[in-house]
Amino acid sequence: MSTPSSPPTTTAEDATARGERPAADLRQRVYDSPKEQAIKYALGACAFISVLTTLGIAAVLIIESIPFFQSVPFSEFFGDTRWTPQFADKHFGIWALLSGTLLVTVISAVVALPVGLASAIFISEYASKWVRKVLKPGLELLAGVPTVVYGYFALTFVTPLLQAAIPGLGVYNALSGGIVVGIMIIPMVASLSEDALQAVPDSLGAAAYALGSTKYEAVVRVKVPAAFGGIMASFILAVSRAIGETMIVTLAAGATPKLTLDPRESIQAMTAFIVQVSKGDTPQGTIEYQSIFAVGLVLFLITLAMNIVANRITRRYQEQY
Amino acid sequence: MPTNESTEDAPRTPPPASAEEPSANGRPDASERPDTESSAAGGEAPTEPAMKPKLNINDLHFWYGDNHALQGITMDIQPHKVTALIGPSGCGKSTLLRCLNRMNELIQGTTLEGTILVDGQDIYAENTDPVMVRRRVGMVFQKPNPFPKTIYKNVAWGAEINGYTGDIDALVERSLRQAALWDEVKDRLHTNALDLSGGQQQRLCIARTLAVQPDVVLMDEPASALDPIATSKVEETITELKKDYTIVIVTHNMQQASRISDETAFLYMGRLIEMNPTDQLFTRPEKDRTEAYVTGRFG
Ligand SMILES: Nc1ncnc2c1ncn2[C@@H]1O[C@H](COP(=O)(O)OP(=O)(O)OP(=O)(O)O)[C@@H](O)[C@H]1O
Ligand SMILES: [Mg+2]
Repeated sequence: MSTPSSPPTTTAEDATARGERPAADLRQRVYDSPKEQAIKYALGACAFISVLTTLGIAAVLIIESIPFFQSVPFSEFFGDTRWTPQFADKHFGIWALLSGTLLVTVISAVVALPVGLASAIFISEYASKWVRKVLKPGLELLAGVPTVVYGYFALTFVTPLLQAAIPGLGVYNALSGGIVVGIMIIPMVASLSEDALQAVPDSLGAAAYALGSTKYEAVVRVKVPAAFGGIMASFILAVSRAIGETMIVTLAAGATPKLTLDPRESIQAMTAFIVQVSKGDTPQGTIEYQSIFAVGLVLFLITLAMNIVANRITRRYQEQY
Repeated sequence: MPTNESTEDAPRTPPPASAEEPSANGRPDASERPDTESSAAGGEAPTEPAMKPKLNINDLHFWYGDNHALQGITMDIQPHKVTALIGPSGCGKSTLLRCLNRMNELIQGTTLEGTILVDGQDIYAENTDPVMVRRRVGMVFQKPNPFPKTIYKNVAWGAEINGYTGDIDALVERSLRQAALWDEVKDRLHTNALDLSGGQQQRLCIARTLAVQPDVVLMDEPASALDPIATSKVEETITELKKDYTIVIVTHNMQQASRISDETAFLYMGRLIEMNPTDQLFTRPEKDRTEAYVTGRFG
């Protein structure tokens, strides 16, 4: 800002010639010049694309699910326990799908949160420089594996393994899908939690050591609590990722909507149902087709809520240090 | 407490049995312990020069990689005194301080040679646990660094992890009083420590260090981030503390060194140039370089 491109006054040039700094022309418009304005609006437009997309998605989901809710009342949607759009006796009880999604999500969280956090602690606090150099890219690689590959991994590796351990386990079951979704989100938990731990100032660790703490005490009783906000946010973002996960549950968890909490059962997750209907030959305009928008809307609202909560938590703990 | 580690050094500098006792029986009341110690010391050696040094640093060398930061430091630090370390920036004051409670080990690629004895025990002996050393030799940092927890938890933290079994409430109050902070925070003990002012935070850090009940308190420019009023509060606190603790303080402020310290050590380029009682070092320095530094002609 303090380098005006063309100060046209002769006095300024004289001053430069004498080796002095030219007097700045204070009336020059630099701060809010047309160029600055243009940049501002261009950046703003980019930022608004994502906001508009989100609003657009919400609008489509709401508009498209109106006809569905005109024929299926809320009382059935939230009160019934069966989801049988393909049958003659149609039922639209979202709990049958929601429970499948929740089951897979809970299993994945049980796998991913402890393992992810432990990995984050190890990488951030215990690993030598060399080990960290190998582990971090390794994790990022894991995060880049296409989910369809994870789906086949579940179906052809994890499920047979589980079948050997649990007699009578079917080919499609919530457990296998949940475990592999968990493995899929470990890198997310680990990487975001590690960032949160790294953001804790070293001075806090030094203070803990100077008070005679062991490494474990310094990590678990100072650093992890100090990074709590970031760690929670990583958990919630990872879980909302698990809720939205589609390929793995479509391939490995089954296609039988069922209100159950038994991880050995074949279930159908909400996302898997949407895939099944939209890739199938279900004609548009049928109630079955309309139902995927209602399911999508529920899914959207859940993940939206979780992201808002994650945001709140991060913001609340951000000012901590 | 590492009483068992003293066997090697015992012949050289036999500590009086009573001086060992307070640390051996776990966590004695801080207000009582100094009496025990001084009366024991007073009975045997009433005059100052005969006092056994609290810390004994012998031919200490320290390297950061290839950087030979301390080049053969030898000095004694007397109990219940404030010892100031002065010298130009980069001369090794902080390094020396961190050697005294093994905080330097947390920096990778460092090497140490020489010995440091606390009450005659070698803190770098093979069987000495750095965690135990740090409980005995506490440290206050240049920038206040309270934990993002409540005031109460900040003070109680060190005692809790060290398995303190006494009355934590009483310990917290006593430590905060010793750090001259109690009156300002007694009604808000359970609010976040980060809401305190910088000077209050620094006194909280002092209280937190005292709550572990160390013998020695190291302070690295504890007042450099503070305004004059907060500084004078911290200085008052330090002067109060020397009754119960041995204090080593790094400072860039000559007035501060002369106000609060009993002994002053002048370091220059990793070497100890001169160590003498503070008034002598400032008024009748032995070395020209010391005089040049304390009178502001260089550094
Ligand atoms: N963490 C570190 N890693 C590598 N070198 C270091 C480190 N800390 C200090 N040094 C080096 O050791 C030497 C002594 O530094 P030290 O911090 O002890 O000086 P100081 O007297 O405390 O200076 P100041 O008054 O500026 O705090 C310097 O050359 C410094 O560059
Ligand atoms: Mg320093």
